[in-house]
Amino acid sequence: MSQRWSIALFALVMALFPVLPGIPPFWMVLLDNIGLAALVALGLVLLTGVGGLTSFGQAAFCGFGAYTTAVLTTSFGLSPWLTLPASLLVTGLLAVVLGLITVRLSGHYLPLGTIAWGLSVYYLFSKLEFLGRNDGISGIPPISIGSLKMMSAGSIYYVIWSAVLISSLLTLNLLDSRLGRAIRALRRGHLAAEAFGVQTARAKLLVFIYAAILAGLSGWLYAHFLRAVNPTPFGAQAGIEYLFIAVVGGAGYVWGAVLGSGIVVILQEILKSEMFSALGEGQLEIVVFGVLLVVLLQAAPGGVWPRVAAFWPFERRSDKLPAGERLAARPKVDIAGKMLLEVQGARKQFGGVVAVNDVSFKISPRQIVALIGPNGAGKSTTFNLITGVLAATSGKISMLGRPIIGLPPQEIVRRGIARTFQHVKLVPDMTVLENVAIGTHLRGHAGAIASMLRLDRRDEARLLAEAARQIKRVGLEGQMYQLAGNLALGQQRIVEIARALCADPILLLLDEPAAGLRHNEKQQLAALLRQLKHEGMSILLVEHDMGFVMNLAEQIVVLDFGTKIAEGAPSEIKSNPDVVRAYLGVAA
Amino acid sequence: MNTTILLLLAQDGVTNGAIYALLGFGLVLVFAVTRVILIPQGEFITFGALTYAALASGKLPGTAELACALGFVAFCVEMFSIRHQFTTGRLVRATALYILAPALALVLAQFACRGTSSATINIALSLMIVGPIGLYLYRIAYQPIAHASVLVLLIASVGVHLALQGLALLFFGAEGMRAPTITDVAASIGPLRVTGQTLAVYIVAASLIVALWLFFGHTVYGKALRATAVNRIGARLVGIRTVLSGQIAFMLAAGIGAISGILIVPMTTIYYDSGFLIGLKGFIAAIVGGLASYPLTAAAAVAVGIVEAFSSFYASNFKEVIVFALIVPVLLARSLSAPIMEEEKD
Repeated sequence: MSQRWSIALFALVMALFPVLPGIPPFWMVLLDNIGLAALVALGLVLLTGVGGLTSFGQAAFCGFGAYTTAVLTTSFGLSPWLTLPASLLVTGLLAVVLGLITVRLSGHYLPLGTIAWGLSVYYLFSKLEFLGRNDGISGIPPISIGSLKMMSAGSIYYVIWSAVLISSLLTLNLLDSRLGRAIRALRRGHLAAEAFGVQTARAKLLVFIYAAILAGLSGWLYAHFLRAVNPTPFGAQAGIEYLFIAVVGGAGYVWGAVLGSGIVVILQEILKSEMFSALGEGQLEIVVFGVLLVVLLQAAPGGVWPRVAAFWPFERRSDKLPAGERLAARPKVDIAGKMLLEVQGARKQFGGVVAVNDVSFKISPRQIVALIGPNGAGKSTTFNLITGVLAATSGKISMLGRPIIGLPPQEIVRRGIARTFQHVKLVPDMTVLENVAIGTHLRGHAGAIASMLRLDRRDEARLLAEAARQIKRVGLEGQMYQLAGNLALGQQRIVEIARALCADPILLLLDEPAAGLRHNEKQQLAALLRQLKHEGMSILLVEHDMGFVMNLAEQIVVLDFGTKIAEGAPSEIKSNPDVVRAYLGVAA
Repeated sequence: MNTTILLLLAQDGVTNGAIYALLGFGLVLVFAVTRVILIPQGEFITFGALTYAALASGKLPGTAELACALGFVAFCVEMFSIRHQFTTGRLVRATALYILAPALALVLAQFACRGTSSATINIALSLMIVGPIGLYLYRIAYQPIAHASVLVLLIASVGVHLALQGLALLFFGAEGMRAPTITDVAASIGPLRVTGQTLAVYIVAASLIVALWLFFGHTVYGKALRATAVNRIGARLVGIRTVLSGQIAFMLAAGIGAISGILIVPMTTIYYDSGFLIGLKGFIAAIVGGLASYPLTAAAAVAVGIVEAFSSFYASNFKEVIVFALIVPVLLARSLSAPIMEEEKD
């Protein structure tokens, strides 16, 4: 069954649910609560599961949404439908403020930071006079359409679940797009994404705001569902619970959010109502709840959704090649007679260690240059200086006569320098095609809204077609729909080359491309690189396989302990006594 | 502002800060070794405080029985997990650790609450009861998922926290408890009155800082614990028993939590759920210390205590808002001053 039909079936079941005879009204309340929690968890799936930003503060955003509408409807008498955009706007604006701070936090500071502001927002709710302090605000009007006032759990049910379904679809669309790939790459670190032009801070801020707005929507619905708000449901406990829903459901999966909130809300309800009320001990259910939580995580650390989805007959995505118009190529600039890349006295110091010591070399158009040297010679650091990952301590680097030193990696790839990494940086749970398509990031234009509304399909088809073309070019079309993490390491390096080619570079930087390849694979790679050169590309490669380097490169630069010790044609390098000494020791 | 108030607030802040520092250490310790963010730290405070208070008032603390129950569960989990590599030595060790140790503590506690035992005995007994609870929790809840991501471990922590808080209510009831002070010695320095209790807080906090610093910086075993945190597989390859490291870290953290509880309970009434908020403040200190540095954590804890004391005086309504909001800029400054080159996560 295709995903589309599965969703339609789910929507139908949910739509028919309330009209089934004999459904207790209490079930409707439960379902409403599940929907409300699912909305928040959905944001967390994107933020935490996909984007890797753990937030404990989502309850605060629910609070912003709920209190905005509470104040506007009770104090100013506005209609709930008017306060909906207001709630989302307030939540969104506050998310921008909190997000600008939060996404700059690194590592473990980030989740901890969200706890901190989450708590202070909660205390703010409970102390501010105009928000009713601990008592909150009551007497909020229900949502109404015409004369229909949605007072009961059964009537607001459709509003809540429409919101859940629409948000889920929009989220799925967003994930399956140019921006979605960028977001999915965030969790694996910034370097690879930034090397292909992704503005990682902006992408993080985007998911942060998106998740916050979903939480704000849930808060708005909550306020009109209960028709009263108080600080308790927006505190630390709730923030933790939402995260917990996302993790139980399966933090990387959109439908995991819905499933997770179903599991958690129903579990809480069962524990609260039936079994344990008989025992009379007020808090025993929370003990059981905590224990079940731990047991559940031990049984399914990846969440419940992937386990369930394995039983559902989802159709695998079609294996046909993506078709689309050709992307516009980089405008040809006149490079005849100019130096493509000039490195002059580049220096990088880490504290007292000089990793790159005033290294200079040049690359002309259509030239293959190799950078060799023993381990620790500073080759990868040189790469990082050229691509803007590291800031040089001193020296000049220019491309076609224009200085590129000090530019961020995103700008350098825009100028036409694309790279691969010594330690492969692919997203293992994305397909080869999707990984390679990250390379096309700068050649597409669709933004978040267009992606969510599926207005990006032409743009998207072009990008995927380009990715497919480059995969074919490097000879991996058989693996296009495999997960990148399942490929052999040598093949993953080739995938990285295809990704770099997608950026339509003038200069390709390859960090140990032949490592892990078999003999004939190396020959194919060499043939490919020669062909690229004939098409007008220059290549700078770091490689330890001397046979490969000597056959391929026209110019070789040798580094040792950060210092250039030789430069020249392969034949000169082979007989250079300094090079021999660096590789084989003094006695040789 | 007059100087007396200033001094009094500062003293109050430093005393609370010292407690927060202790808690911060427990968190840093556990995180550094196991990558678990120990949300149940607050419950260890509660357990320590209420166990000590119960013993001091001649009652049998419920935690003694809880330790036996958890020990038994841990024993079962252990037996199940070693069923394929079963040896008598392991059985003996598990029985001693999980069954006999808490049983002994229970028997001793029964003796202690019958007669009038001294404060020292009560403290030792409280530690003997609460410390192993930490170890058993690690065995039951965390050890099976020791390789999981920080996020999953964190959520598991939430589960443990909820369960323990419920158990605290079950064992101690909703009534708060307070214990007599450890000593009644007091002296006045100018306007300040220094009691034996606050002095004990300072001394314990300071000596634990030194002890932990010596342990982690200057002993082979401490370094082994740190190595476990950086790379579990690597640590195992060089012969470090990572499981044992985790258990020891948890036992120490539970012990530290219990000591904090024992130190506060003569100064303020502790309820079954008081630990969480106190623990959070320690948490803040640990965060500011980057979950890594003990001296920084101590400094941050004292700062948190002082900020709290002053804001409760000048803007008591917004005390928590201020305390928690102030962390964010600190975190930001730390992130910007030491940007991480590349985090490889999964």
